[in-house]
Amino acid sequence: MVEEVLVTARFNAKVDPSLTIWSWEIAVYLFLGGLTAGIMCFAAWSLLAGKEKQLPFAHDRFALWAPIVLSVGMTTLFLDLEHKLYVFRFYTGFQPASPMSWGAWILVLVYPLMVLQVLSTLRRGYPALADWIEKIAFGAGLLDSCERWRRPIAWWVIPLAVGLGIYTGVLLSALSARPFWNSGVLGPLFLVSGLSTASALAIIGAGKSSEKHFFARTDLTLIGVELMLIALFLINLGTGTEQQLAAVHMVMGGTYTVPFWVWFVLPGLLIPLVLEAFELRGIRGFAMIAPLLVLYGGFMLRYLTVELGQLSRWTEYGIQFDPQLLMRLTP
Amino acid sequence: MQRREFLKVSALFGASGFMPGLLGGCSPPPLPGTGEVRTTPTVCNICFWQCAATLYTEDGRPWKVVGNPADPHCNGRLCTRGTGGIASYSDPDRLKRPLIRVRQGNTQSFQPVSWDEAFAYIAGKMQTIAERHGRDRIALFSHGDGGGHFRRMLQAFGSHAYAHPSFAQCRGPREMAFGLTFGEGVGSPDRTDMADSRCIVLIGSHIGENLHNGQVQTLTQALERGATLITVDPRFSVPASKSRYWLPIKPGTDTALLLAWMNVLINEELYDKDYVAKYCSGFEQLAEHVQPYNPEWAYLETGLEAAQIRATAHAMAEAAPATLVHPGRHVTWYGDDTQRCRAIAILNALLGSWGRPGGFYAQEKVALPEFPAPVPAKPKQDWKAEVQTRFPLVSTGISNVMVDASTGPDAFFKGWFVYATNLTTTLPAVREQLERAAQSLELVVVVDTMPAEITGYADVVLPECTYLERFDDLRNKAERTPTLALRMPAFKPSFDSKPAWWIAKGLAEKLGLGQYFPWQDYREVLDWQLKQVGSSLAEMEQTGVKTFPRKTPVYFAAGETITFKTPSGRIELYSQTLADTGHDPLPRYVPPQRPPAGYFHLNYGRAAAHTFGRTINNPLLFELMPENTVWVHPAAAGQLGVSNGEYVRLQNPDGVQSNRIRVRVTQRIRPDSVFLVHGFGHSEARLRLAFGAGADDAALMHNVKIDPIMGGTGMRASFVTLVRGAA
Amino acid sequence: MITYAMVIDTRTCIGCGDCVVACKNENGVPAGLNRDWVVEETRGEYPHLSTEFRSERCNHCSHATCVTNCPTGASHYWKDTNIVLVAAEKCTGCKACIAACPYDARLIMHPDGYIDKCTFCHHRVDQGLDPACVSSCPTHCMYFGVLDDADSLVSRLLRTRDYKALLVETGNKPNVYYLV
Repeated sequence: MVEEVLVTARFNAKVDPSLTIWSWEIAVYLFLGGLTAGIMCFAAWSLLAGKEKQLPFAHDRFALWAPIVLSVGMTTLFLDLEHKLYVFRFYTGFQPASPMSWGAWILVLVYPLMVLQVLSTLRRGYPALADWIEKIAFGAGLLDSCERWRRPIAWWVIPLAVGLGIYTGVLLSALSARPFWNSGVLGPLFLVSGLSTASALAIIGAGKSSEKHFFARTDLTLIGVELMLIALFLINLGTGTEQQLAAVHMVMGGTYTVPFWVWFVLPGLLIPLVLEAFELRGIRGFAMIAPLLVLYGGFMLRYLTVELGQLSRWTEYGIQFDPQLLMRLTP
Repeated sequence: MQRREFLKVSALFGASGFMPGLLGGCSPPPLPGTGEVRTTPTVCNICFWQCAATLYTEDGRPWKVVGNPADPHCNGRLCTRGTGGIASYSDPDRLKRPLIRVRQGNTQSFQPVSWDEAFAYIAGKMQTIAERHGRDRIALFSHGDGGGHFRRMLQAFGSHAYAHPSFAQCRGPREMAFGLTFGEGVGSPDRTDMADSRCIVLIGSHIGENLHNGQVQTLTQALERGATLITVDPRFSVPASKSRYWLPIKPGTDTALLLAWMNVLINEELYDKDYVAKYCSGFEQLAEHVQPYNPEWAYLETGLEAAQIRATAHAMAEAAPATLVHPGRHVTWYGDDTQRCRAIAILNALLGSWGRPGGFYAQEKVALPEFPAPVPAKPKQDWKAEVQTRFPLVSTGISNVMVDASTGPDAFFKGWFVYATNLTTTLPAVREQLERAAQSLELVVVVDTMPAEITGYADVVLPECTYLERFDDLRNKAERTPTLALRMPAFKPSFDSKPAWWIAKGLAEKLGLGQYFPWQDYREVLDWQLKQVGSSLAEMEQTGVKTFPRKTPVYFAAGETITFKTPSGRIELYSQTLADTGHDPLPRYVPPQRPPAGYFHLNYGRAAAHTFGRTINNPLLFELMPENTVWVHPAAAGQLGVSNGEYVRLQNPDGVQSNRIRVRVTQRIRPDSVFLVHGFGHSEARLRLAFGAGADDAALMHNVKIDPIMGGTGMRASFVTLVRGAA
Repeated sequence: MITYAMVIDTRTCIGCGDCVVACKNENGVPAGLNRDWVVEETRGEYPHLSTEFRSERCNHCSHATCVTNCPTGASHYWKDTNIVLVAAEKCTGCKACIAACPYDARLIMHPDGYIDKCTFCHHRVDQGLDPACVSSCPTHCMYFGVLDDADSLVSRLLRTRDYKALLVETGNKPNVYYLV
């Protein structure tokens, strides 16, 4: 029998008794970052594959959603910073060992590219907006250039968007001190989830039912892959260190089993999988439900991962004293 | 620990950090010590070990306090509490100005007054008491470094009754027992020569939890040198965890173990025969007395294996005379405490450790003359003959007996001065008695730095400044190296607080007794005294500490003839003095009461973070340990259905319940006992940090056993059970 | 590269927490925050027990994941040593380093919002002094020194005594050692 307790009251805010450093802000950011990556990929791919007839929404209109979604995500990311005035410090250097530094610079590259991608589709997708830009000096020229270079732009978008999608997972998996995050599967899993949620968003956004069908079919595949990756992720942790075993136990019999399976996997992956399969077989009536559930599942994946990673740790010391008493120290 | 509870704390600190985080922190914080640093010598006042220290301020603000390397009490290292002592200065809950109790109809309240008004009020009451009852009817309870000033003031007035609770609630039995046996007490700092001990026996003494600095340091040195440590404790205490032998004794049976050890040493002829022959008397009676108490008998009483008792006796004999059977410090346990301490003293005599390296050394202090001032006249009649008749062997005040003599219309004492001691938790289960005393006493004056519970019984509360804001008497203790240490103010007294010397002098002047305090500033007294021994205040203000050469030997020389300060001039194994006063001349074992079904022995002790109840409200130390827990063995916890971290209340057989307290389920305690750290469970709301945090053991003591020899309060004979549902 | 190490003797540590208070004083650590702490570890069942006390803090790892994960270089090694510091003026408070530390040794400095931690009292080390915790310890159970110097007390202790470090399996190469 081992009893390990703190003799001196330690109660560092957001660190004890388990990390609560990152909350919904980071989960939203990771979710929207992945979603952005998916949007950009689908927009670029539909252009490169010449799907302007079959997939008009993805081809012409989808790209504009990416900067909007990403900007919301960046806002929540900013909200999370404790020392906000110093946000510019992300860009006074590059730390090659830090995934977060990579992420910061990927975003710097993604943003202009994303804008170019939008501009290259604006006249077809949002003519009113295009008219407005043409009124600005060099506006028309800019649109012309972007349209001319739209294929090279799309070629550049795909690797950067994939990088963005993977980075949202690697950001966490590089933090080896958190056993639940310490798996290489997290990067691909978040990328596939990003693609899946982008498909779901396309189902909602697309006007043509054939395009909706296309994305439902795509999403079906992506959800299948995502389920496989989740299985691999759990197997990966379950065959790891003692701390990783303890981490995976949280969702395999532990306190987070119900949230993980009942609140995430079931409604966020399995039910939409079935609904989308019905949809494709012509059984109607769930048109909007399935993609909304996928989006919900995408957020839940990030939220639970962020939460569970912070709950898993290398050291677990018993706390003897009521930390509420320590609040008396603040005036 | 509920995650949810923590979130609230996090949210609190997080929220307070949000806006400044957005706007502030534009330059890196300066490194510590880059501002203007000043140092002041002081003597720590957080416990009674009195370590000399240096206080650092940076840009006028308190920075840190560290031990003075020249001081043999601390060797440059303060303990946890001493290091945290700096926060006592900035504690926002301190007493700020003199208060007088005002009664208006049924309501009573404290009214802030000037010092002069307070003195006039006190002097008036004292004169009334003198006229109605006599000048000797005021009692002083003191447990602080400025107590001498109040003692002088009261003696000048005609009241000589004085008690420090460290006698009757703490060290009294061992001082009595060692005095009866060796002719001298153990003293403070304890004359234990632990650094050189090769075997140390701790009986219910938790050095390391009890952080008396020199004790901790010398015990550590002994451990590093490979000394054998034997710890007798119902709990796996900190020293038990460092011990070669841990004897988890059945509570209250220590004397049985001590007698069995003597039995082994004598019957196996392992005692120091030369030493006993040369210095001791009464060995034959002792040898005969211990015959029935063999280890097999002791096993039945103590629950300790006979083989273990023999093995430890052999270890003690092997290392003798460098074997120290430690006399302990707080030893008022079961009412037979003087006798148990006698057994410890006798055991040390058998091992020949008294006066030998690794045992007990001889103490010496600096011959520091008193400042020339009139000496208060000796009273015509000794107050002890009126109040302490049952305890003729005791030459000091017995605090609990003095409280007894303060209740009811016929009470001897009519007025109290209480200085730096919170009698409410110092004395066991004393609240009801204090309330009665408060009814019959005509004057209760409390002098303290903090609004301790005892101030609630006061007619007048006088705010003393903290040790960092005042001069006190030079520290001059009987110890290994004669040393003087200076406490001087590092800060001006905060609020309207004043040093003890100023308060006592001011009151004496109001009473027309100013001639007993013939100086303007206490610096004059200190400087005069220091100049008599070849130093000066100016020198001490620089160094803080000065050591002096010894004039007497530290140990007995080989074969030296010694005359002990006992009636026989020898070490009295058999005490004729005890026989003559109707007590057992040799220690006799009295089996303790066992707890009723469902109850547990109430064991209490110390934690490194706190000095009894007096530091709980210190912000730094509160932060370290904000509440106590009740230790429960897993089997007992299972039986009671309580779980780790749950809040319960403790309840004694009389139905008295404690404040709520957290359960700590641990293997480190006997299944028949529970343990909590003393000093928590404050009921005074003006102590904003400490109020209501943890439980108070003293209030639960329903079975206080009075020692028939020294009159102290045995506090370990009580029982409690755990009551669930105290969320 | 100089490697500073702290060596703590669990055989003489009594878990008194003086190191914690000394740190709070020396470094002005705000109420409610701790850069160091004491852990008690009890093994066995009554009456066959062992209890160990450990004063814990940042391990000033030679391979510090908090430094590698910092996106701005705020977490850095001091001069050419293993002492890990946080430059407040470079810190965004992103908290990646908190998540990256397997010892949970980092904290958010309130009210300023930057990340803070044990500095091995580098301001004292710079003056040739021991860290505040080491120099306050009443049992003298803590030692501090340069590991690269074979004659230093810390090197000699690690040569002659059995020791352990915490979570070496993380690969962080911690530099706080515990004599057992």
